[in-house]
Amino acid sequence: MQKSIFDILGPIMIGPSSSHTAGAEKIGRVARAIADGSLKKAIFYLHGSFANTYKGHGTDKALVAGILDMEADDERIKESLTLAKSMGISVEFVETDLGDVHPNTVKIVIVKTDDTEVSVIGSSIGGGGIVITKINDDEIEYDGKYPLLIIKHKDIHGVISSITGVVADYGINIATLKVGRQARGELASTVIETDAIVPENAIEKISQLNGINSVRKINAIGGHHV
Amino acid sequence: MYRNASELLEATKNLDCNIWEVVLENEIKISDRTASAIRGQMLETFSVMQNSAAFAQESDIKSISGLIGGDAKKVNEYRKNNKTICGDSVNIAISRALSSSEVNASMGRIVAAPTAGSCGILPAAIITAGEQIAASDEQLVNALLTASGIGQIIAKNATLSGAEGGCQAECGSASAMAAAALVEMYGGSPDAAFHAAAIAISNILGLVCDPVAGLVEVPCANRNAMGVVNAMLCADMALAGVTSIIPFDEMIEAMYKVGRQMPVAFKETALGGIAATPTALRLKTEIFHK
Ligand code: SF4
Repeated sequence: MQKSIFDILGPIMIGPSSSHTAGAEKIGRVARAIADGSLKKAIFYLHGSFANTYKGHGTDKALVAGILDMEADDERIKESLTLAKSMGISVEFVETDLGDVHPNTVKIVIVKTDDTEVSVIGSSIGGGGIVITKINDDEIEYDGKYPLLIIKHKDIHGVISSITGVVADYGINIATLKVGRQARGELASTVIETDAIVPENAIEKISQLNGINSVRKINAIGGHHV
Repeated sequence: MYRNASELLEATKNLDCNIWEVVLENEIKISDRTASAIRGQMLETFSVMQNSAAFAQESDIKSISGLIGGDAKKVNEYRKNNKTICGDSVNIAISRALSSSEVNASMGRIVAAPTAGSCGILPAAIITAGEQIAASDEQLVNALLTASGIGQIIAKNATLSGAEGGCQAECGSASAMAAAALVEMYGGSPDAAFHAAAIAISNILGLVCDPVAGLVEVPCANRNAMGVVNAMLCADMALAGVTSIIPFDEMIEAMYKVGRQMPVAFKETALGGIAATPTALRLKTEIFHK
């Protein structure tokens, strides 16, 4: 799909770097949305240019501002490290090599107050644009603009149409749909981007469908103003 | 929808219109918003640009590291009180481009256009030209639409990121976007706009990204000054009828390839170019260990 003109002339942001500051903030914010709950700790594994130059660009402040759910033009980004501390959220930065990935890539491990962990890998691909490439062990390609459902299910006949049926019953339009499986009849995954947020009771219904193992819902952070 | 310059140009010929009209129509389609909503948001975007381009012309400002700040004001004072070499409009544009860059480096509010590092070029070009022709808000928004269309094509077929393509991809793209916008503002044809954009890229082709201490400060602010002047001269050349021998689509493909072939030391890692000079290394130590 073509980029919006506001992806080209935008974001409206706090400097100094669209890839190191605004993009980093967005990855942090999507990671926060994926973790979906209150945070205790975040560890940032920085790769490539992120590792080499993060201090100078304020990438560390931007990432933390992201997990605190600040927007890219929030003037408090400068003070995000202090803010996190005062909220009792501990943060740590580790320079690392994540392999053959985009030069501006970070792996964020979030520990929630219930001690569960979520790991997210994201790249800042320029001009403030981002792509999330991995959530825990699942490979994915997600930019945070649309709400997302990641559904793990058995590879059995009719399961995908029953999932999309539930989504349609709630009057929600599907933007994109991707299906993948390990092998025939094995575990499969269906990833759905929707135009609107799928309500909790719809998620509940999907979880109860025959053959469903798990449903993960990610609320979008939006695309036009960030 | 247009995937490249030749498709966009064909659309302008079929509809007998300017680049900005095709860009606006396309945006209406892909975003499912009205023309007036899009224009409204673009005008808001422009007001952030105006503030960043004006702020450091008059106010004292320092970047986070202290490396830059105050140059926009110096140029503004200089051009007010002296007979300049390049003339007033070029010097005002330089001062505006420096201003946005300095605001950005001090963690102030800017519009990435297309990136934060290159945020001074397009506002300086459009505000300065807009003043000269007493442009209406509508004309200014049209110019931003034209610039966005050029940016969309570069994003689709190459890259806008210094980390991926060097400074040619950031300041080069911004300069090309600005050049095309200026041509249409001054009544030039879509063909002329793309010639200006292609020449703008070719003039900056190969420029490395080598920020001192890894900060978007040196040489970034000065490159914004260069980028706006490059846009102005390319626009004037294209309006005079000068054409680019290499078409825009091939030019950005060349730019992309140069970026791919560029060693990683020249792609925002601060490991090469002027970032690796003895002075830069000394400054880096000073900045991070003070
Ligand atoms: S040198 Fe690098 S950081 Fe500075 S403006 Fe150019 S591309 Fe951006």
